[in-house]
Amino acid sequence: MQTVVNLLYQHYQSVHHKTAITLQHAGQPDVPISYGRLIDQSARYAELLQQAQIRPGEVVLLILPHGVDLVFSFWGTILAGSIPSIMPFLTEKLLPERYRADLASLISVTKPAAIITYPDFEEEVRMALREGDSVRSVLTPNTLPSDRTGVDFSVLDGMRRMAEDIVLLQHSSGTTGLQKGVALSHQAVLNQLESYSHAIHLKQDDVVVSWLPLYHDMGLIAGFLMPILSATHLVLMSPFDWVKAPQRLMNAVSSYRGTLVWLPNFAYNFCATRIRDRDMVGIDLSSLRAVINCSEPMRYESHQLFLDRFKTYGLSSSALATCYAMAENVFGVTQGGIDSPVWVDDVDRDDLQIRGIASPAKNENAVIHMVSAGKPIPGVEVKVIDSRGKQLPDRRVGELALRSNCMLTGYYHRPDLTKKAFLDGWYLTGDLGYMVNGEVFVSGRKKDMIIVGGRNIYPQDLEMLAGSVRGVHPGRMVAFGVFDENLGTEAPVVIVEVDTQDPVEITRIEDEVRQTVTRSSAVALRRVQAVPLRWLIKTSSGKIARSANREKYLREFES
Amino acid sequence: MNDPIIDKLSKYIAATILKQPNRVIQPDQPLISSGMIDSFSLVDLALFIEDQFNVRIEDTELNSDHFDTLNELVRLINTRRT
Repeated sequence: MQTVVNLLYQHYQSVHHKTAITLQHAGQPDVPISYGRLIDQSARYAELLQQAQIRPGEVVLLILPHGVDLVFSFWGTILAGSIPSIMPFLTEKLLPERYRADLASLISVTKPAAIITYPDFEEEVRMALREGDSVRSVLTPNTLPSDRTGVDFSVLDGMRRMAEDIVLLQHSSGTTGLQKGVALSHQAVLNQLESYSHAIHLKQDDVVVSWLPLYHDMGLIAGFLMPILSATHLVLMSPFDWVKAPQRLMNAVSSYRGTLVWLPNFAYNFCATRIRDRDMVGIDLSSLRAVINCSEPMRYESHQLFLDRFKTYGLSSSALATCYAMAENVFGVTQGGIDSPVWVDDVDRDDLQIRGIASPAKNENAVIHMVSAGKPIPGVEVKVIDSRGKQLPDRRVGELALRSNCMLTGYYHRPDLTKKAFLDGWYLTGDLGYMVNGEVFVSGRKKDMIIVGGRNIYPQDLEMLAGSVRGVHPGRMVAFGVFDENLGTEAPVVIVEVDTQDPVEITRIEDEVRQTVTRSSAVALRRVQAVPLRWLIKTSSGKIARSANREKYLREFES
Repeated sequence: MNDPIIDKLSKYIAATILKQPNRVIQPDQPLISSGMIDSFSLVDLALFIEDQFNVRIEDTELNSDHFDTLNELVRLINTRRT
């Protein structure tokens, strides 16, 4: 019986000197970390947790920025048999009070026994703690036991974990997302790695290059866990460094002969339009065998833009690949573009959008280029169902449902949410799409969630924040996403009803809504629009209708 | 005082980043620390400045330690031009 810890033990013996990770920091030399060093250093964190009497099966929150301590504490927590969960680090524009409130709400649901953070941040973390809550220790790298080489695995409690025990928790962002920790077992993670590695033909001489944050499933699994547990070299940079200088990704691919990269759709547009020619001098991308588009709606136009921009630097069109993934399935559900080029299905726009049928395009003016997410990976089944749960035939749009050998154990401490997520053993994804000859196409969402650059944003979080601004009529606000062709992703829009007609006061309210939302959720709004009373459309039950208001907004303000 | 650089930057930020073309940005108004400009838009702003004023802004300078207001941004641009 295999666990993640057994696998680490095997790598410690067999590939001790191989580089596991090359960590990059802007303006500093790269830091190569061998498997030997990775596990020696991680074991110090395991010892730290054992000294603090954190027991196997208890949750440990990791609040650390990109760097060695985040890497070592993550694996150290697993070696100790405890359950790591990575929480986003506080950034300069986020309000500390808001961050603290989110942290407190996460603690109340997830009940972690310990938090590992930096000494500078310890005070901030302690302020989020409440008398009698679950947190017994706040630990920092300062209290680590002394450095040494050689690990005695027999004293590590992680060696005694079972395949069905939980190995880690993943959260999505925001007040709502933080209350839904996706709990994954050793077995689920290993099944996913086996199936997904098979689907992409992962080999030990592959090189994965990633800038993705580790609190997100694509970053945590594809850009961290999978390469490390597969003895494949990972080159990891900070998302903050990448966003300021997207050419860093191309530089890293070129210097380390990177073969695999995962990107959310917006990153194709961002790289294609924000990297200057002078930053591409001498860059060779010919080593890339797959650039995999994942975690937000995939656009044909974004792939073309990316290919046109980088083909002169050696990027092959055969490298363009796609994937449909979700944390609840550990990561990958489908994979496309590896064994054959990505299938682009030209469908009739009206049939798709109005009738829910993906019929082949009849005329050039009303075509949608649907990008296939590929076929389900081994061990995963996907079907399309109607609102009553009945399976639909090919080319009919419905909700995507899945069943697999790598599903979540449950939403942590939320049996209510876990129960609601399944129908007769099938996980209901909330995504809309269709299938043709076993290939999956994702066309939209049943839920109101907004996906900004691969991050799931709950509109109710933004609405709650907007509603806290003085001058916004109580209960009269709405948030939704509008696709932005230039950015290649959805951009969030907030509309608020205001009582005043004074233009100065209206600007003040709009500014304050923008500021409050950005500083409390780290979501930058594309547009804030104040409207007069009774502008917003309500449903018959008196709720603000997000999609109807979105349509009205598009008609009145963006056409 | 109507600095032409401030004017250009203010118009660009209002129209392209904030999508509020009629908006006037005050020279001393915090842009980054207030959450008005996010990290993606900062890259756009840097590209705009490079093209318009023929100066180079390093990616390590794209944070509120280096500039947060239009006044500070103009100072940065002017030091690069001389």
